[in-house]
Amino acid sequence: MSMDKLWLIAKREYLVRVKRKAFIIATLLTPIGLGLLMFVSGYLAAKGGSSSKKILVKDDSGVFENAKKTSKLYTFDFSEAPVDRLIEDYKTQGYDLFLHIPEFKDNKLTRQQVDYFTTEKLGITAIEGIERNIENAFKEYKISVSGIDRGLYDSFKMTVALENGAKDEDGGQEDTSGKLSIIIGTVLGGAMGFVMYMVIFIYGGMVMRSVMEEKINRIVEVVISSVKPTTLMLGKILGVGGVGLTQLAIWLILIPLVTIGVTSVMGIQQDPAQLQELAAQANGLPQDLDDFNLAQILDEVKKLNWWLIIPSFVVFFFGGYFIYSSMFAAIGSAIGDDMGEGQQLMFPIIIPVILAFVMMQGTIQNPNGGMAIFGSLFPLTSPIIMPSRLAFDPPLWQVFLSIAILVLSCWFFAWLAGRIYRVGILMYGKKISFKELGKWLFYKA
Amino acid sequence: MSILSLKNVVKQYHNHRAVDGVSFEVEKQKIFGLLGPNGAGKTSLIRIITTITGADSGEIYIDGEKLSTHHPKDIGYMPEERGLYKKMKVGEQLLYLSQLKGLSTKEAKENIMHWLNKFEITDWWNKKIEELSKGMQQKIQFVATVVHNPKLIILDEPFTGLDPINTNLIKDEIAQLKANGASIIFSTHRMEQVEEICEDIVLINAGKVVLEGSVSEVKQKFKENQFRIEFKGDRIPDFSGYNIISKDKNSVTIKLNPNTSGNEILKYAVQQGTLITAFNEILPSLNDIFIKQARS
Repeated sequence: MSMDKLWLIAKREYLVRVKRKAFIIATLLTPIGLGLLMFVSGYLAAKGGSSSKKILVKDDSGVFENAKKTSKLYTFDFSEAPVDRLIEDYKTQGYDLFLHIPEFKDNKLTRQQVDYFTTEKLGITAIEGIERNIENAFKEYKISVSGIDRGLYDSFKMTVALENGAKDEDGGQEDTSGKLSIIIGTVLGGAMGFVMYMVIFIYGGMVMRSVMEEKINRIVEVVISSVKPTTLMLGKILGVGGVGLTQLAIWLILIPLVTIGVTSVMGIQQDPAQLQELAAQANGLPQDLDDFNLAQILDEVKKLNWWLIIPSFVVFFFGGYFIYSSMFAAIGSAIGDDMGEGQQLMFPIIIPVILAFVMMQGTIQNPNGGMAIFGSLFPLTSPIIMPSRLAFDPPLWQVFLSIAILVLSCWFFAWLAGRIYRVGILMYGKKISFKELGKWLFYKA
Repeated sequence: MSILSLKNVVKQYHNHRAVDGVSFEVEKQKIFGLLGPNGAGKTSLIRIITTITGADSGEIYIDGEKLSTHHPKDIGYMPEERGLYKKMKVGEQLLYLSQLKGLSTKEAKENIMHWLNKFEITDWWNKKIEELSKGMQQKIQFVATVVHNPKLIILDEPFTGLDPINTNLIKDEIAQLKANGASIIFSTHRMEQVEEICEDIVLINAGKVVLEGSVSEVKQKFKENQFRIEFKGDRIPDFSGYNIISKDKNSVTIKLNPNTSGNEILKYAVQQGTLITAFNEILPSLNDIFIKQARS
């Protein structure tokens, strides 16, 4: 294969795309759009919208009325007027919602029904938020009337922290399976898997369109009278890969900048307590990262084995992109000008990618389970699954075995795709089936 | 000495033999017609010569050397199904295609400018292909085919889509390229163009060579001993003893027996006192030969 020509083709593919207005716009607009989205959603959350509500309450026993309320999302006002009148009037008095808390008769009751009246449909987060406010009031009330010492009551609460007790060679705590590192691993693994998933579809699709374009334009025969079809295909994959790297690199710089910019602007406007309450409401989970401070998180991030993670991610990035874009190139050559007819040919590409993406969710939950190990070795899923495991310190032999299988598979898929491609690009006006593609593999060059 | 020589070339696709033992030679500095009906195997053959595909068996020589991967730089190929990158500019496109043929950037630029000057289209350098008409794009395709000074130029239906002025322009350039030492293989269905341009031809049908030779040889081979006599005056001669193919007020076309010469009918006409204005042997057109051979 002529390296000069491979380089020439890759250069053209790269420059043609990078110079396009659509590329420049997409590359710049994505971070800006993301920032705008953050800003708008933050703004809406801060400026009320669904989250900040004025609520009129008729509390028959006064339990809630007398309790200390800390919510920043809800303003509660109380009225002694008859319920029927309040149901009719709350709206005209400027309230979003009317709550009726019936008489609380028995301290032993563990369930109390509260009726609400509103013209708008309440979301689950709002309902749960209001419930939590009233529940807290009842809890405090029950503690005070039962005569239990507050300190005693608080001591009933118990938090268990499951930490890895194994020591490393230096006698220090081995951090890699600590809770924080698991949280960080989950976030990082999910992010890396997701990036791979996007890369395969965006840039693999770009390679496919490029192949189809050459076939439809009828330029391909002129080009392959100068270079081997495989050189043309590989040049395309390299060039588009370069476009992908450029775009990702720009995003890697711009997205954090935009994020920092937006959060610093939003930060001034927003009350952190309100944000926290919103977050707690939104996922209903214990606020995982609230248990840790920023210094701890940074410390834990620094402790990750970046010398393994970054180079391995780069290898899986290229390997995954290469395997899938070869397949996209082969399919593109077979589809030609009839995109509709070619849809079915896409299944062998789409199915493993989606499968890998689904498997990734399971892998993050159980990074050393059987599915995770299989998924990170099988070459069609490993480019997504292995990066999602990297932050969990998988056994080194698995990483290297996975890379070895990946590299061999790259070679195999390049060969396979090349065989289909060289026939496909010169084939016009024929409906292509999988059987037909199979035959092409055995055509002599 | 031949620029291209094929010996018993075979190409089989699955259950269809596209090229079936084809042998022929293309003389240097000649314009050679590669003819055949649709599906005869011309494109398969051209793709083998241009190294796009390989032959299953047989031998191919370019200028005496066995065909190999370094030969594409000696060949300029303009396929029938041709196009350009629509979004690319004329200059960068020609630069790219000529660099793929192995020219350095400097050489490529010089050669491209030479051709653009020749066609008086230097101001197209920065135009995108999609801004050009189909005929204008054809000119660019022609330049792309010859920009690297190939020894062997293969043109598949080069005149489709061109107006008469541009057709003549390209014809002149083909003649010029030949005069400068290039050999040209010309593939077309337009037989009148073949008669006008080509010196030698090969006719392929169902993957096999059915006819080859110089245009005049082929015509001689297929002539049917027909003569046309033109005359004037009131006396219409009586040719009733002959096999008359057609006649009108001032001419008659007669088919003679294979062992009868033209002199005999001429002598007969003179004896009849006919005022002869023209006498010529009718040779079959390549079109007739093509149709006849393709049908058989």
